[in-house]
This record gives sequence, C-alpha cells and structure tokens, in this order.
Amino acid sequence: MSGAPGDALVRARKLTKRFGSFTAVDGIDFDVRPAEAFGFLGPNGAGKTSTMRMIACASPVTDGDLAVIGMNPASQAREIKARLGVVPQVDNLDTELTVRENLEMYARYFDIPGSVARSRADELLEFVQLAERAKDQVEPLSGGMKRRLTIARALINEPQLVILDEPTTGLDPQARHLLWDRLYRLKQRGATLIITTHYMDEAEQLCDRLVVMDKARIVAEGSPLELIERYATREVLELRFGDVKRASLDGQLQGLAERVEELPDRTLVYTDDGEAALDEVHRRNIPVQSALVRRASLEDVFLSLTGRSLVE
Amino acid sequence: MSAVPARARTGAVALSLRPATHLFHRNWLVYKRIWYRSLFFGFLQPFMFLAAMGLGVGALLARSNPTAFGPVGYIGFLGPGLLGATVMQTASFESTYPIMNKIMWGRNYEAILSSPLSTRNIVLGELGWIAFRIASIATIFLTVLVIFGIARSPLAVLAIPVAGLTGLGFASWLIAFASTQLNDIGFSWVYRFVINPLFLFSGTFFPLTQMPQAVQVFAWLTPLFHGVELLRGLILGSLDLGTAPWHLAYLLAFFGIGLLLADRSLARRLAS
Repeated sequence: MSGAPGDALVRARKLTKRFGSFTAVDGIDFDVRPAEAFGFLGPNGAGKTSTMRMIACASPVTDGDLAVIGMNPASQAREIKARLGVVPQVDNLDTELTVRENLEMYARYFDIPGSVARSRADELLEFVQLAERAKDQVEPLSGGMKRRLTIARALINEPQLVILDEPTTGLDPQARHLLWDRLYRLKQRGATLIITTHYMDEAEQLCDRLVVMDKARIVAEGSPLELIERYATREVLELRFGDVKRASLDGQLQGLAERVEELPDRTLVYTDDGEAALDEVHRRNIPVQSALVRRASLEDVFLSLTGRSLVE
Repeated sequence: MSAVPARARTGAVALSLRPATHLFHRNWLVYKRIWYRSLFFGFLQPFMFLAAMGLGVGALLARSNPTAFGPVGYIGFLGPGLLGATVMQTASFESTYPIMNKIMWGRNYEAILSSPLSTRNIVLGELGWIAFRIASIATIFLTVLVIFGIARSPLAVLAIPVAGLTGLGFASWLIAFASTQLNDIGFSWVYRFVINPLFLFSGTFFPLTQMPQAVQVFAWLTPLFHGVELLRGLILGSLDLGTAPWHLAYLLAFFGIGLLLADRSLARRLAS
C-alpha cells in the first residue's frame, strides 16, 4: 500500500490547485518524512491553506500528484482521513457539546469504541491541561484553551500525521508558548507534524524542515538554520533614522555590507559582523536614531527571497 | 455504474448509512437535554390550535352549514391538514438555520469532514435526524387527534411514515438550498414566498374545491397538498384509492430529487 519512494509520508509532485482562473497552488514539489515537523512558511494568501486542504482530503487536487501515507486522496479519502489529525485555522469545536463530549463525539466519527474513546479523552484532556474543564461548555473557554481542545480532538484517533494550520494565530504570547510546548512534546513522541504559519519564530521553534511559499510557489526549502545561512548573513544591523530623510543618506551606507534592505520604518544591514558595521556607521557620522544588532531570522530569509516582509 | 456488482452497491450504501448514524447520534446528544420541552410544546401546539380553531371556528361553521365537513365536522377536516402544515414547518426550520450554522457559523461540518465522514454521510445523517424529529412530532400530533376523536381509522398509524416522507421532501430541498446560500437572507424569502403560501393554500384550513380552478390545478403541482390529502385520507379513513398512489408517487419523487440535489449541493459547497 505504501512503500512510496523514500518512504515519504506526504509526497507532492507538480501539485496544483486552481479555483476557476485563480491559481492558489502552482505546481509545487515537496516530501514530508516520517517523524519530522515540516513547515509551510509564507504570508497570507501564499497557498499554504490550499495545500493543507488538499493533503487533508478536504479539497480535490486540480493537477499533479499527491500521495498521503502512500494513498491517493482522490480515491482513498476515507482511509487517509482515518489516519490524520487536523487542526484548522479557525476553531470549529462543537459549541453545543461540552469539552469532554467534543472529544468523545469526535471519536465516534472514527468508529472508535466508547470505552476506548473515554480513556483517550481522559488522557488527552490531561495532555492539553483541560481535565478540570471537562464538563464545561466550550464557549466560555479562552482562545488558548479552545486551541488546545482542538489539538486534543485532532489526536483522538492517534493519527500518523497531524496537520496544523496557523496553530497560534490570534493567541497571546503565554498561550502560544504553552501550545508550542505541547506540540514539542507531541513531536518527541514521534508524531509527524505539518505546520503552516506566517510567524517566523513559530517556524524556527517547531519545524525541522520547512518550505517558504510565496505567490502559490515554493521559493526555498531547508532547515531553519540552512535557510538562514543560505539566504541571510549571520547578523543583521537594524538602523532607525527617526525624522531624518533617508533619501538624504543616499550612498552613505554603500560598501557597509553585502546587502542593505530598506523597510518603511527601518533599514536592515546584512553582515556577518554587526558590531563592526555599526562602528563603521558611527565612523561615517551617519545620524542614526537607534541601532540594534541581532541574529538573522527566517524573517530575513523571506525578505531576501521576496523583497517583502512576512507580516505586513 | 450499471457494471458495478449488486453486492458492491449495497456495500456502498452501507458505507453511506453507517457513518451517517454518527451524525444522528450527535444531534441526539444535543437534543436530549431539551427533549421533554420539545415534546411538551409538540403536544401543546396542536392541542391549542385544534381547541381554538376546530372547536371555536368550527362551532360557527356548523351553525351556518352543518353538513359542509361531513360527520367529523370542521375540526376533523382541520386536524390532518394542520399535521401536514406542522410537518412542513418543522422540516423547513430544521433544514435551514441549523444547516447553515453547521456549514458556516459553527463550522461543524468542516470538523466532521476531517474525520472519515463524507458530505454524503452528513446529508443522510441530517435527513435521518429530521425524519426522526418529524416522526416523533407526528406521533404526538396523532395522539392529540385521537384525544379529540378525530383519528378514527386504524390506517391512521400510516400517517406517521407519510408525515416523515412529506417532511423529508421539504428537508432535502431546503438542505440543497441552504448549501448554496452565503447568508440567511434567502431563508426569509423562502418562508415568505414558498412555505407560507403552501401553508395557507394546500387544503390545510379549507377544502380547495372552494377556490377557483386555477388554484386547484396549482395545488396539484405543489408538495404539501399531496401530503395533506394522504394524511387526511389515512386519518379519517376516507382514502381515495384512485388518487392515493399519485399523491404517494409525487411525494417519493419530490424527496428523491431533493436527496440528489442535497447530496450534490453540499459536496459542491464543502469539498471544492
């Protein structure tokens, strides 16, 4: 049944999704290997969700090949879905049921016997730290709790592959970190995760390997570290000029570093030695309001690949 | 399709029906918290209507024309008609707002479709649930009709499946419609221009023979009329064996087409 080349859990070749004349996913290739956390990083509208929906058998493939756990989504959706866990972008918990009922009812959709469903629900509520809310209605839960319950629900069938679409969008920092911690533990247990996000820190935290998507295509692929090494320098010097017209600085930053990016609110100087570059700025008497040296991130990778920032 | 062996086809049907029962179970889980309320109102509603209109208005009619409605009087005419109308209204309500909620506001179907269930399972599960709701309402209604001495034929028991079939017809068409809608504005149009006229002009409150020929012909084309005629014939024991098969055939076709439309429409909405 499986035994696909390289034993990829998900394998896409020239995968394409079109809605009428609009192309949401434009012939992308990727492999997700067992037990890795694989990320799709890109801005809104890059085609991440459309790709997720095709993998989750929620949306038919327009063109190209897609194999999920060695099966074809077009003809084996039922079998594939039985082995997937899906955490959607917008919460879709059953608000007419309690926390516990949400898990037990969902188990039933998978034909999981009642006694098994009950013990799994217990374990999962413990895992996502919602055990004491088991009998509560869903509506009064906080955003972070709802997300965690959605994750617990996605795990009720002990899936081989868990798909998370923007898992922490809209959550406060504390809720995000708690969620990341749970996802990290899930990974430790050997689960395969596919995560879409437009947060670079999330991708860096969670993903072993990722692809950067922009305008329906994959523009780069690798581990977070590889991508940073390949597409950015080791360090970045961020300069802010306040009221000073940057146009008047024209040329003054030249030769400072291999690459300089102008953003609306700041200027990024890509260099392997940020402090040295800053010294040079001071030596040239360039009137900076503030300066910051930091390590390069996936944000810089995206900027370098597309000329735009991720979150606008 | 015809090349598919019979066993595989029954297998496919079972594959659609068994997962559909999960959806039924889900609705039951929600409903069981309010079932007694629902049953109480299911009883109260026909009771009050029949008391007010049947006895009240009926008494007036009996004074002006004592033989107009035969031995059962106006209340006997009204009872089965009201059952048909109630079935249509319940089916309509259950298959408009709750379905739209599960498609787009609560997104329940999106979650369910991430499990092994398909849109077809959902359609069958929801229709099974609506059939159950209607059958339970029809059973209570029939009990009230027995209390009022209106149901006087053993065939009246068959009113329950006929009520179910009539309701499923409306439910399937409205699920198909709801699946195409992006907001609930369309529903008020349906209620105003389809459900309410059918409620009034399907031989529910007065015999259509009172109306111009054109209205009578039009009634023959509409579904509630056929449901009401069958229900009345079964409950009062006055079934016309010449027309009954046509009424039944109409209702079966109405539901069959609705089922195909609902299946396609929900798939188009949720799996694109």
